[in-house]
Amino acid sequence: MSQGMTVVEKILARAAGLPSVAAGEVVEPLVDLAMSHENAALVINQFQEIFEGTGLAAKVWDPSRIAIIFDHRVPAESPKTATNQKKIREFVAANGINKFHDIRGDVGGICHQILPEYGYVRPGFVVVGTDSHTTSHGALGAFSFGVGATEMASAWSLGRAVNIEVPATIKVVVSGRFPPMVGPKDLILHLIGLLTAQGANFKVLEFHGETIRTMSTSGRIAICNMSVEAGATSGIVPGDEETRRYLCEEAGIAEDIPCTLPDPDAAYVRTVEIDVSALAPQIACPHLVDNVKSITEVLGTPVQQIVIGSCTNGRLDDLAAAADILRGRKVAAGTRMLVFPASGRIFAQALDKGYLHDFMKAGAVVMNSGCGPCLGVHEGALGDNETALSTTNRNFKGRMGNPKSEVYLCSPVVAAASAITGVITDPRHA
Amino acid sequence: MAKVIIKLGNDISTDDIYPGRHMATVLPSETPQFAFSDRTDFNAFLRSKEFAPGSIIVGGENFGCGSSREQACSALKGYNVAVVAKSISRIFLQNSINLGLKVVLCPGLEANEGDDLDLGADQVTNRSTGQSFEQVRLPAARQGIMDAGGLIPYTRTLLVAGRQP
Repeated sequence: MSQGMTVVEKILARAAGLPSVAAGEVVEPLVDLAMSHENAALVINQFQEIFEGTGLAAKVWDPSRIAIIFDHRVPAESPKTATNQKKIREFVAANGINKFHDIRGDVGGICHQILPEYGYVRPGFVVVGTDSHTTSHGALGAFSFGVGATEMASAWSLGRAVNIEVPATIKVVVSGRFPPMVGPKDLILHLIGLLTAQGANFKVLEFHGETIRTMSTSGRIAICNMSVEAGATSGIVPGDEETRRYLCEEAGIAEDIPCTLPDPDAAYVRTVEIDVSALAPQIACPHLVDNVKSITEVLGTPVQQIVIGSCTNGRLDDLAAAADILRGRKVAAGTRMLVFPASGRIFAQALDKGYLHDFMKAGAVVMNSGCGPCLGVHEGALGDNETALSTTNRNFKGRMGNPKSEVYLCSPVVAAASAITGVITDPRHA
Repeated sequence: MAKVIIKLGNDISTDDIYPGRHMATVLPSETPQFAFSDRTDFNAFLRSKEFAPGSIIVGGENFGCGSSREQACSALKGYNVAVVAKSISRIFLQNSINLGLKVVLCPGLEANEGDDLDLGADQVTNRSTGQSFEQVRLPAARQGIMDAGGLIPYTRTLLVAGRQP
């Protein structure tokens, strides 16, 4: 009898039209969804180069399977960016790409929020994205991974991902109930610290256990999002009742969606077990995401900028938790706080629920949805020798626009508690 | 034989190689000017072009981690350098093969700036110290792309074959 398969092996077997696949085999799976943001400008160049000299018209294989979302520099910070965005709009129109989210307050937002929110990703899909945090969509049971622009241009041409090596899978089993003020962000930071920044390079993290089963899709997106910070090709949560609930209630998908589950005898290269019942808030310290410490080791570190938002932690539950702490209080003098809801829809919900008002009354600046200062290209840059505490996903040197600054990564409640004091503060005692 | 012109430590990210603020620049003819732009010494040296084609940048573990931005590869390729590292992050490795930036995986490598290396088929030999180190072969899955000279010609061949009657 043949070896059982992991979730990703099953997805790749289906997408490659094979009865089974095993880690290490080379496959060319059909792509269910191909996502890009502003770097579609480079993808378009590569795409057109592929067609040069072939005599074929440069048309994408299936415009309904391509999504393009503007988020990295919205609204444009420079003529160069604005011109790239204009070029992408023209391409989108010429190719009939409907899953296009321009700079808008209603349907705009960060790509990794828009894809789940609009039901573009489903369990069992193969998703490629020209963004390393494309791992996020494993939260919905898809095999979703980051690629470069040329690989995307190839997928736009062929509808397949070429020369994909089936990745080995690490099983992560999470048990226990989160203590107060501890949640999915602390879990994933803790796991990255355990695995190291390259501990899962070329591998998949497949999440299991009671803690995952009872976790919201929002939390699952956060942990799959940051799986790439351990080097993982993808994180994945096998679909379940919560996945169906999310797709029905929040993504508006009416039909019943089958979920791909691993076989009981699937082969894993490693199993990691984590009990979160005694976990403290976790902080990733400069300048590496795997430089993870318990908050107790860095309490009192002065911070000049607090950022709440991003594809990791800009969803409604993140904003609600932060607003609960900040309501009726003030951001410390000498500290500035920036809030970036992950999408226009979340912005409107946070507005209706009063969270944005809570933030503004506390002295925070509420910004439009987008990647904001996370990758240092647009706004919210740090000054020399300044320190930021941020709910984003990377703290590499220079990440927030200045190599002479430092970034600490944390959960939304740690960020909110620290905004009030101006130093890294334990939300369990705030 | 080629000289090591830059030696780097572990976990060199694509933010180090090509900072995010230059991401709106995409043309391979324009990206090299921003290679290591936050490391002004490296950037100035590369831009001086006072080194032989095929010169080597040595990296440690997890070279090219982080963002999928392909400019990190095109920026280095523009200087006609090779990257020899103990390990390379998945997306950077795939982007390098796709664009034809020469990369070599050599987990035990010991080399310093100024050393002369021979990049053989299976080994890297440091001529300056006399030591040899085993290479790890690149993923077999990528051989077809390397043989075709990159992902663009590889895809073009598949496309033409698939679309003809």
